[in-house]
Amino acid sequence: MPRLSDTMEEGTVARWLKRPGEKVARGETIAEIDTDKATMDLEAFEGGVLEQVLVQEGGTAAIGAPIAVIGDGSGTGGPGTAGPSAATKATATARSEAPAGAGPAGAGPAGAGPASARAVAPAPRAQTPGEDLGNGAGASVPRSSPLARRTARRLGIDLVTLRGSGPGGRVVRADVENAAAVGGVLPEGPAGPVAGALAGTAGALPNGGAGALADVEEVPLSQIRRVTAERLSKSLEAPHFYLTSIIDAERLLAFRAEAVRATAGQEGARVTVTDLLVKACAKLLRAHPEVNSAWAGDRILRYRRVNVGIAVAVPDGLVVPVVKDADMKPLSELSSEAHALAAKAREGKLSLEDMSGGTFTLSNLGMFGIDHFTAVLNPPQAAILAVGAAKPEAVVRDGAVVAGTTMRLALSIDHRTLDGATAARFLAELRELLEDPLRILL
Amino acid sequence: MPEVTYRQALHDTLRAEMLADDSVFLIGEEIGLFEGSYKITAGLLAEFGPRRVRDTPISEEGFVGAAIGAAMLGLRPVVEIMTINFSLLAIDQVINHAAKARSMFGGQVSVPMVIRTPGGGGQQLGASHSQNIEVYYAHCPGLKVVAPATPADAKGLLTAAIHDDDPVMFVENLGLYNTKGEVPEEPYTTEIGRAAVVREGSDITVVSYSRATLMALDVARHLEETDGISVEVVDLRSLRPLDRETICASVRKTTRAVVAEDDWLSYGVGAEVVATIQEGAFDYLDAPVRRLAAAEVPLPYSKPLETAAMPSAVDLARFIRQAVDESTYRG
Repeated sequence: MPRLSDTMEEGTVARWLKRPGEKVARGETIAEIDTDKATMDLEAFEGGVLEQVLVQEGGTAAIGAPIAVIGDGSGTGGPGTAGPSAATKATATARSEAPAGAGPAGAGPAGAGPASARAVAPAPRAQTPGEDLGNGAGASVPRSSPLARRTARRLGIDLVTLRGSGPGGRVVRADVENAAAVGGVLPEGPAGPVAGALAGTAGALPNGGAGALADVEEVPLSQIRRVTAERLSKSLEAPHFYLTSIIDAERLLAFRAEAVRATAGQEGARVTVTDLLVKACAKLLRAHPEVNSAWAGDRILRYRRVNVGIAVAVPDGLVVPVVKDADMKPLSELSSEAHALAAKAREGKLSLEDMSGGTFTLSNLGMFGIDHFTAVLNPPQAAILAVGAAKPEAVVRDGAVVAGTTMRLALSIDHRTLDGATAARFLAELRELLEDPLRILL
Repeated sequence: MPEVTYRQALHDTLRAEMLADDSVFLIGEEIGLFEGSYKITAGLLAEFGPRRVRDTPISEEGFVGAAIGAAMLGLRPVVEIMTINFSLLAIDQVINHAAKARSMFGGQVSVPMVIRTPGGGGQQLGASHSQNIEVYYAHCPGLKVVAPATPADAKGLLTAAIHDDDPVMFVENLGLYNTKGEVPEEPYTTEIGRAAVVREGSDITVVSYSRATLMALDVARHLEETDGISVEVVDLRSLRPLDRETICASVRKTTRAVVAEDDWLSYGVGAEVVATIQEGAFDYLDAPVRRLAAAEVPLPYSKPLETAAMPSAVDLARFIRQAVDESTYRG
């Protein structure tokens, strides 16, 4: 079923002008198709013999689904050939635009491929028999090399979204890597949330109809955008409340500078404020298991591990790599790991494993000079911490106004899992820790 | 390190092993007075005498059987069968006796025998004298089969084969006897069952053995210059046991593979290699593995036809380009 109008999603066969067994020439009208707008002629993409009609008059098919088979005549009209397996076969060969006789396997020394039949419409993608990539029942997946499939799993690319550049449209590794480089990546992990939230960026979205306006550009959703949106929408189910705290960041910055100086020349990454925040949160999460929790609908899950996700901006969205067991790792190790994860995130090379298993999330926009923001929860986690920039500010110390350095923290909490007083104790202790930073490590 | 021919490396190794171990002796047709059809045994009769360099009648089954008996009783015979084509006359001795003795006698005896024999086409010797039928032996448990490509491996593997307590088919190639390479002077062995990455590359793996390895190396050098394709060459060296791990490790690295073999395509060494790759590196493959092998005909005598029937460097380059092209992103 070809796309015969810009907005059609399926078409209905109004009338077949050819019968099985009849010859058809390339470009000859073989059927009339009702789209959402009009009745259109369907012209044959290839010449040959109309072997099978897969969608009868009055029947409807989605764009790309095979509706008939044109072949050399050898497959004409046997009883029982038009079942689902025939449809699969037709789909599988639909993209073989290689020279006649070359099947989907290519014309290697072992001989030509198995089928010469072509579907009427060049379906956008071919089914790989037996290949279930978790795209849900009935989703059609393009033919792809094993390496391409493995790479797609690793990068979280949905093969269905790809066009293969290999023989017969085979998706090869380079296609997947290119898609990842262009579109960004955000796999949906089975073992926990993968997308965190950047609050304050989501204004009201125009709701429908915008695409029709000439001065509006429609931006198709990349996979990462789609998943980010889904996850963020899900967080709306949680009744949120927010706690904010302004901390005196002077000693934290001094401590960080001291840590950088002390480790200069050592292998590994320079310690950042984010690293110290992760470490401080991890230490407190161990002491406050109720914050290191998740809402599970009919019960609350208390995580036994402390895995802190760090929101990282990538070109087309947001990913949240997770530092596992952050409470148990020395700062230097935690820092190296966080940097490696961030680098992988920017290169689009995070694995599913890298993004799975988070129990708490940290989002730091301090490096962008943001003073204060609140973050959208990263469901099903109970809490997320938003961190603003450390900057010079007038503070009151011993009754006098003096120049100091402050930093604003905002904790977003899922009220189903956690109550105000519990969360407040966590945030208060976090402030104490950050204002006396040596304690982070003790 | 001295550069010597494959022929010289074999000769020197036989002599060294005979000097080192009195139980090593040579047996075969025309290896003594005539000094061998391919002169591998030149001078050895004069040096070691007829007790240790035994000329035989044209009787492959007889002298292979005699060697098996000698081996079972503690000697280390090195049999020369003039070409692998004639080994068919002795195949019952090899398959049904040499390969079986250890198991069927419950480990009470072993057969520390080596059968040296050259195969290969390209010499206009006709269909029945130009075959690569090493796979007949590689198929059979109880045997070891090696097929070195270089003079250095010829020395290392022949030494290892003579030291080995099991029967070893040592497959040479007529097209290799005059090839040269550096060979260390000191004695050494090359482990049987261990392939070698003889050229490192990143884009594609060519798996080959014997003469085809030299062809693969030539093609690899050429494609690096002309196409910028980085070809890794894995020389099997041993066909049984087959070093599956080295093959798969290379393919996991390069993501593509071609097998180049001088034997026939169907049921050939390449078929085993491809099966190994799909078992051990399936998720790493970005293109189908192709096999370049001899045309499935008795090898013609006519020079142009013989050349056309044998796998060529041009064909190998084409296979490599095809595998790389079809898995390279083109926008």
